[in-house]
Amino acid sequence: MKLITHNMLTSKCIKGVLTGYPLAINATDVKVTEVDYNPDFLSRVIPKLDWEVLWTAANSIGHGEGLPKAVEPKFEENEEFLKKAHKVLLEVEVEEGYLTCPESGRQFPISKGIPNMLLTEAEVQ
Amino acid sequence: METPYQNHIDKEDFDHVYEPAEDSFLLIDALEKDLQYLKARNPTFCLEVGSGSGVVITAFGMAFPGTFCMSTDINYKACVMSQSTANHNKVSLDAVNMNLIDSFTDNIFDVILFNPPYVVTESEECGGKDITASWAGGVKGREVTDKLLDMIPKKLTHNGTFYLLLIEENIPDEVAAIMSALGFKFETIIKRKVRNEQQLVMKFYR
Repeated sequence: MKLITHNMLTSKCIKGVLTGYPLAINATDVKVTEVDYNPDFLSRVIPKLDWEVLWTAANSIGHGEGLPKAVEPKFEENEEFLKKAHKVLLEVEVEEGYLTCPESGRQFPISKGIPNMLLTEAEVQ
Repeated sequence: METPYQNHIDKEDFDHVYEPAEDSFLLIDALEKDLQYLKARNPTFCLEVGSGSGVVITAFGMAFPGTFCMSTDINYKACVMSQSTANHNKVSLDAVNMNLIDSFTDNIFDVILFNPPYVVTESEECGGKDITASWAGGVKGREVTDKLLDMIPKKLTHNGTFYLLLIEENIPDEVAAIMSALGFKFETIIKRKVRNEQQLVMKFYR
């Protein structure tokens, strides 16, 4: 699971949970894989993200160093920033660990990089 | 669009995950037919629901290197296979083990693809988490599809496009009526007769 995906995951469909966002990350294995750098993609995607959630997620797995807490204006022109965003969004991957719903405490295991978000019928609203 | 490399997959794994077949390739052919339309939209996020082997979302990722691809499947083994198909073809994909699109936030996806379990079966056969989930569609072969249709307006961006594969038995006119009521326009992009099955791909947009 890359942090770009974590930015879009919620446990809102659990019965009684209002937002279920953001999910906390507990990682026991994190890997970094090289991905082609695409500044055009980053310029399109960054405004669509919850940056604070990304910042917190990156720090919680030890990859937040040097990442600014907020997106600066004209970030598209700042290559140093885009490269950091690229690494954190696309290259850092949680291989093993679990996600936790901030409201119910329900845990979702991550195994071989794949989060298991499945709920039982009794858990769904 | 190129067909992804699939020789990395152990044949025995297809005992647990749907093996790419004519329907998978019809969906890829539909996307190819719509390539200019999609390129003009420059999608940021594409999701394939129920990606199975991952051959469709990987073909998409190969044609759209500037799009981040995601896939879901209720079958964990399918998620592992989708991830590995994407990796072998150098496509950056995240697979999530999920029921349909339940656990995604709203208003994200510019493109959603779905080749549903469309075979008409008894209701009881529908709703598993193993390979039966890849084909058993319950009443009209639509029980799973209809659940997803309801979620499309929330999960698709306003300018987003949803591609859906159906067979004649699914009553495509009814699907079109459901989507019209949800505010979508529709087109049938491609049709093909495979043995006794009339397969087609519809596109929905606002």
